[in-house]
Amino acid sequence: MSAADLVVIGAGPAGLAAAASAAGLGLATQVLDEQPEPGGQIFREIERVAASHPALFSLLGEDYGAGLELLGRFRASGARHLPRATVWQIDDERRVYYRHAAGAASIQARQVLIATGALERPVPVPGWTLPGVMSCGAAQTLLKSAALVPDGRVVLAGSGPLLLLVAVQLLRAGIRPAAVLETPIQRFAALRHLPRFAAAPGYLNKGLAMLRELRASGVPFRRGVRGLAVSGAGRAEAVRYDWRGRRREQDVDLVLLHQGLAPNLNLALSLRCEHLWDESQRCFRPRLDPWGACSVPGVWIAGDGGGIAGARAAECSGALAALAAACSLGRISKHERDARAKPFLRERERHLAARAFLDTLYRPPAEILAPSEPRTVVCRCEEVTAGEIRRLATEQDCPGPNQMKAFTRCGMGPCQGRLCGLTVTELIAESRNISPAEAGYYRIRPPVKPVTVGDLAELDV
Amino acid sequence: MFRRLPETAAQPVTVVIDGRPVRVPFDLTAAAAVLIGDGITRTTPVSGSPRAPYCMMGVCFDCLMEIDGVPNTQACMVPVAEGMRINRQVGARKVRS
Amino acid sequence: MIGGGLVGAAIGYGLARQGLKVTLLDEGDVALRAARGNFGLVWVQSKGPGVPEYQHWTRLSSDRWPGLAAELRETTGVDCAHERRGGFAICLTEDELEQRRQMLEVLRRQAGAVEFEYEILDHGALARRVPLIGPEVVGASYTPYDGAVHPLYLLRALHAGLLRHGARYEPNARVNAVHAAPHDFRIEARGTAHAAPRLVLAAGLGSRELAPLAGLHAPLRPVRGQILATERVAPAIPLTQKIRQMSEGALLIGDSFEEAGYDDSTAPQVLSALAARAVRTFPFLREVQLVRSWAALRVMSPDGLPIYEQSARFPGAFLASCHSGVTLAAAHAYPYAEAVARGALPDELARFASRRFDVPKAA
Repeated sequence: MSAADLVVIGAGPAGLAAAASAAGLGLATQVLDEQPEPGGQIFREIERVAASHPALFSLLGEDYGAGLELLGRFRASGARHLPRATVWQIDDERRVYYRHAAGAASIQARQVLIATGALERPVPVPGWTLPGVMSCGAAQTLLKSAALVPDGRVVLAGSGPLLLLVAVQLLRAGIRPAAVLETPIQRFAALRHLPRFAAAPGYLNKGLAMLRELRASGVPFRRGVRGLAVSGAGRAEAVRYDWRGRRREQDVDLVLLHQGLAPNLNLALSLRCEHLWDESQRCFRPRLDPWGACSVPGVWIAGDGGGIAGARAAECSGALAALAAACSLGRISKHERDARAKPFLRERERHLAARAFLDTLYRPPAEILAPSEPRTVVCRCEEVTAGEIRRLATEQDCPGPNQMKAFTRCGMGPCQGRLCGLTVTELIAESRNISPAEAGYYRIRPPVKPVTVGDLAELDV
Repeated sequence: MFRRLPETAAQPVTVVIDGRPVRVPFDLTAAAAVLIGDGITRTTPVSGSPRAPYCMMGVCFDCLMEIDGVPNTQACMVPVAEGMRINRQVGARKVRS
Repeated sequence: MIGGGLVGAAIGYGLARQGLKVTLLDEGDVALRAARGNFGLVWVQSKGPGVPEYQHWTRLSSDRWPGLAAELRETTGVDCAHERRGGFAICLTEDELEQRRQMLEVLRRQAGAVEFEYEILDHGALARRVPLIGPEVVGASYTPYDGAVHPLYLLRALHAGLLRHGARYEPNARVNAVHAAPHDFRIEARGTAHAAPRLVLAAGLGSRELAPLAGLHAPLRPVRGQILATERVAPAIPLTQKIRQMSEGALLIGDSFEEAGYDDSTAPQVLSALAARAVRTFPFLREVQLVRSWAALRVMSPDGLPIYEQSARFPGAFLASCHSGVTLAAAHAYPYAEAVARGALPDELARFASRRFDVPKAA
């Protein structure tokens, strides 16, 4: 079994920034990441794309390109990086268990940083399990990591910055979506947050530029779409929706859904650190201090896994957590920590200023949060429908997600609730007329990712 | 469902998808290779309904396939390799004695 | 009724189906719930050596289980996936197998009028019936009485069933106060008072604190059990005591016995040991993926047997506690609930009263 001062889980902006800073402060730092190359989802395959596919690199835009500088710092820092390593448990003594090409292994960490980032929020509309329906993020990942673009009629539907970004990136790649369908957004409610948003670095201009680029393309951009549903025999063939008082139908080969991001919580939840309901982001997140300390000693959480704040804020959070970890290991004094933290705290504040506007503007519609069509599949793994969950919540007084899981197997499949957890919470809350905070969330236990019986049997414990 | 951008040529490898040899760029994952075709990775053990990759980042588990004989492998997490056998996962996995 | 786990729900269901007006007070979504953390066995073959009353009670429940499963399916539409095709207890050493032989012989002799048959199978005989066992397996014991259900669907069916029979179910109703008088009980929970001439306490480990308030005695302690669950697998093995395949295909691997207080977290060392034994038993499991693990706290009495009693001080108050809520569900839904409705527990259950724990204090 190996050991490290700091084990960083996840090699996105937060994890890379933390690892680079920690290694720079003299901490023996080990990064464990599931993907084959560092960068996380946002900077997916960035080094290879930059080196091999310059046209693709430039069409992905400057926010993507900005990741090269971070990757460079990380590579030069001396932090160790193990790709394709899937962490499935962190125990009470901060031993980190993972599975990689050579089988199961563990590493003893003095401090742990969880930087597991975000997930796309589930978009449970009728037909979303059909082949030919994917998330917008998935299409973007295919573009970044494999230079693949949709072949045929593609419709993007939902709301949020990523919806627009993927539409624009596809346009630049020569793919003309058949339509971009935007579900209702909260313009008036968001308005009062506009001044702060406008002051945040670059956000407003980038947003307006994307809208301009999309409009200029002439692709139908329909705003205020409701009642979204995908249909087809064995695969997506049509998307239906209500727009301007009429039911519409559009033939498709591929539908890309997006409804914003939510923290990827499973590893943090498995540690039983304290979580709270974030009403403005409509999700649970771990309770953290400004350094990223959660309620479990020696464990830090940085980046979108601690609450959605974007890549630039994630880098700052990663650096701050590294400083705090170094301080608690006695490598730097509190004074030094605080002094070094100042620019990161300031920079993070500048980026956080954008959140209130974005969170309010793109708050997912109620019909997506708690689907009203009873046959809509909520748990994709176990194929549990919204109707069944509502019925048990009301008729059988099922008080929360854990009893619901026991009654229906929702959340018991291999994805372990990542694609249904928030929806089940919302459905129970709505049906029982309680807050999502009161409804609660699944109790998550290890393994947070599958591990074979053989690997567990041969564990070095 | 997907195609490669023309200006991004890469060394091809041959993988065998459901018994059919297919030439794909070396830098794809198994799931991406399947998405160049009809994209269907499995049928579910619950209702037998067909599924295709949804998230492409390792969280949705809809891309479970039998890869080089190992059932229920997340195809979006496995880079292709010369001769790799990629089979659709039909319903619940079988055990091998 | 205090307690909405398998014991409370089974008795509550049994009372409601007799036409009694039942209110069931339960805790909320996050609670110590053995009901959500068990294997679902309706297990007979190792129950009650040296205690014929327990052997008989277990057997009675297992015999009445097909009727309960059918009734629940009819009443609620929920199929608990009850099966009774016999079960194997697989042994990895000669010692284990010999101990099982001795125990089963005790059970056969004390069974009395009830027939009790068992088989001891060596490796070869077992391999003909369970082909996937590993080379290290020495043999197994087998009885035809053992069976299983899907424990989660059982809980769901019992809850649906008691509601169907007009019972009231109150979740998030942790009991704050119990005021007891003979045939007159007032329970306060979540700011509401509930009054009834009968009280049944089936609150699992929670009964320990509540029992004295109703003149009952429940010296219970938690014993932790950890379980592993795999991905769904096409049907592969028949019912065995430590590894079972659920109706939907997932394999459960259990289970540990640990004195860990009220800590219901999982521990990698224990799970690793369970996995290691599982791979020795069924080598095919080596490459099967685990998707979940969990730990739950068994509700254990000092001698491991159930506690059933009616309060002498406050007649009308009953206690029911055991760590075999699935196996005994039919006994609880039928004879136990009928006894509560009549107002007196039968003599066969006298053996299970808590006074058996009253030993002289002096050394």
